[in-house]
Amino acid sequence: MKNDRGDIELAGVCKSFDGFTNVVDGVNLKIADGAYCCFIGPSGCGKTTILRMIAGHDDPTAGEIVIGGQNVVGLAPVQRRTAMMFQSYALFPHLTVRENIAFALRVRGQSRSDRLRAADAMIEKVRLTQFADRLPAQLSGGQQQRVALARAAITEPRVLLLDEPLSALDEQLRVQMRQELRRMQQELGITFIHVTHTQLEAIALADLVVVMEQGRIKQAGPAREVYAHPRDRYVAEFMGGQNVLSGRVEKVNGASFTLAQVAPDAIEVPLQARPTVSVGDKVDIAVRRDDVALVRPGRELPPGCTTSLPSRVLAIEYQGYFVKVMLDTVPDDEFVAYVPEKAFFADPFTVGDVVMATWASGSALPLA
Amino acid sequence: MSAVLAEMPESDVSKTVAPATTKAIAPSKGGRPWTFYVLAALFAFYVIALYGPMFCIYILSFQDIRGGLVFPMKGHSLHWFVDLFTQVRTGDVKGSFDRSIKLAVIVTVITVVVSFLAGLGFRKRFRGDTFVFYMMIGSLVAPGLVLGLGTGLLFQALGLNASWYTSALGAQLSWTLPFGVLVMFAVMSRFNHVWEEAAYDLGASRWQSIRLVMIPVLAPGLVAVALFGFTLSYDEFARSLQTAGSLNTLPLEIWSMTLNVTSPSLYALGTVTTIVSFIVIGASLGTIVLIQKKRGSRAKG
Repeated sequence: MKNDRGDIELAGVCKSFDGFTNVVDGVNLKIADGAYCCFIGPSGCGKTTILRMIAGHDDPTAGEIVIGGQNVVGLAPVQRRTAMMFQSYALFPHLTVRENIAFALRVRGQSRSDRLRAADAMIEKVRLTQFADRLPAQLSGGQQQRVALARAAITEPRVLLLDEPLSALDEQLRVQMRQELRRMQQELGITFIHVTHTQLEAIALADLVVVMEQGRIKQAGPAREVYAHPRDRYVAEFMGGQNVLSGRVEKVNGASFTLAQVAPDAIEVPLQARPTVSVGDKVDIAVRRDDVALVRPGRELPPGCTTSLPSRVLAIEYQGYFVKVMLDTVPDDEFVAYVPEKAFFADPFTVGDVVMATWASGSALPLA
Repeated sequence: MSAVLAEMPESDVSKTVAPATTKAIAPSKGGRPWTFYVLAALFAFYVIALYGPMFCIYILSFQDIRGGLVFPMKGHSLHWFVDLFTQVRTGDVKGSFDRSIKLAVIVTVITVVVSFLAGLGFRKRFRGDTFVFYMMIGSLVAPGLVLGLGTGLLFQALGLNASWYTSALGAQLSWTLPFGVLVMFAVMSRFNHVWEEAAYDLGASRWQSIRLVMIPVLAPGLVAVALFGFTLSYDEFARSLQTAGSLNTLPLEIWSMTLNVTSPSLYALGTVTTIVSFIVIGASLGTIVLIQKKRGSRAKG
């Protein structure tokens, strides 16, 4: 039982609450020991259910959950050596910070002096020493989160599960506590699994981002891979930062193909990771919003750009270091360019202007 | 106006609007609207109607030996209190008081335990839970006298002797349990079940999570249920009337005294029982305050 490995493997995990529909539908995933893993998806996509199954609060209908090489299905959280941090923290309202943190040791039968000493050491770690004798209701949201973290970590679990840990905090605190979570994870050196619906949170924290939709994993990989190389339209749109266009393949020419689009000009797309396409296929492609350059009609395109789509400026939002320009390039779909602030204000557009949206042809990404 | 406001930054809006609003609500400094006086008078009337009758009894119980059953008050002494516990003709006050307290304690314990268990049982929904719930509180609608009569008849039919600790206990529980369950449900609705899940996650057994988390968190509510159980039982008349058997509980004793005792010792009895009630309520509230103070003192920031 003395196995400190916190690597997790989910094999064909399914969960159904009513016997008809699978909330989690055949999930396979490997999470390395000591990784920070974020599950992300819209509400109801099954991410919290997966977390609860790993934690031992729900049992899978089918499949195996393996932690450190041992199938843990049917075991209690303590036997799994996992600990969960609940969404609203679930701190015991009648116990002080110190007693809350010492609770797990108390139910294990540790003596009062031993467990309070251990709790005090943990309290110091999360920098709450001056609040040790307060009740949870007397703490701010950020302090409560630290108590919850300390309470979960005191049993030295090999996996810590966090259910939307930052959703109860306001924006500024969220960024601050995000860093604190990452710091704690590195300090403890254990696997963290974090459920969120905020893309920024996921890519800022995670070694492994898992994008989910309707009980299935759509893509799992390092943050940069999921953000920069989304596998399909769903991931691209959910992670954001991409424009998604669709069209039919007009011509396949070696390492690239040409996409006929509603726009007058055809779009040149490199094949990249996509194995094959044939003429006539309907294909989605993604173009990063910060790869899109806007040029006034008649001017010369920047080097490397072959495609240019005439568009009208629908709206402009100033975002600080960049300017978000919304265009009507593709009907029925959003098309946005993130223009660096200095470049934009060198020759600012106004709403209603006609511009050419263009990008280096190598940067378009075919989607599955 | 609204268009102008919309264009102004928020701080400016509050500055311009605030004085006008203040003016409309309070026309002059420190003055109260006329409605305040009307409502205050109504409240005073309510208080007099509520406590006036009781105070008549309390005051008249402190007369001396010449005292009668009506005003004006004749002298003042504790004569009728002494009379109450020494004279045989006033009835078995001491015995009935004793029985009522014992009965109320038994009823309280059963009510708290059963209500708490019902609260635990109803944490999760189950098949037929609504039916079970209505079955539990249904007896509240039955008139107490009829229910007591029925209980008496049932005991007779079964060949059992009616007495305060069997049939009267049962009849009173039919009254206190539904109330206890209703109060318990209100108390439980404020209990966050994630606390139980957290306790389980941290390794607590079911029993530990009840003992270390549920009971302490719910303690003030449990005291409230106990208080309900005690006062409902201590006061109970209708259901006990046909079920108490040969030995009376206190309310029954008082009732029989109103029929044959024509001295202020009747009032003295009323005063004594009120004092007991106040002691019980005070002890309950004191317990709740103590629980909260204990938490507060451990939690000095």
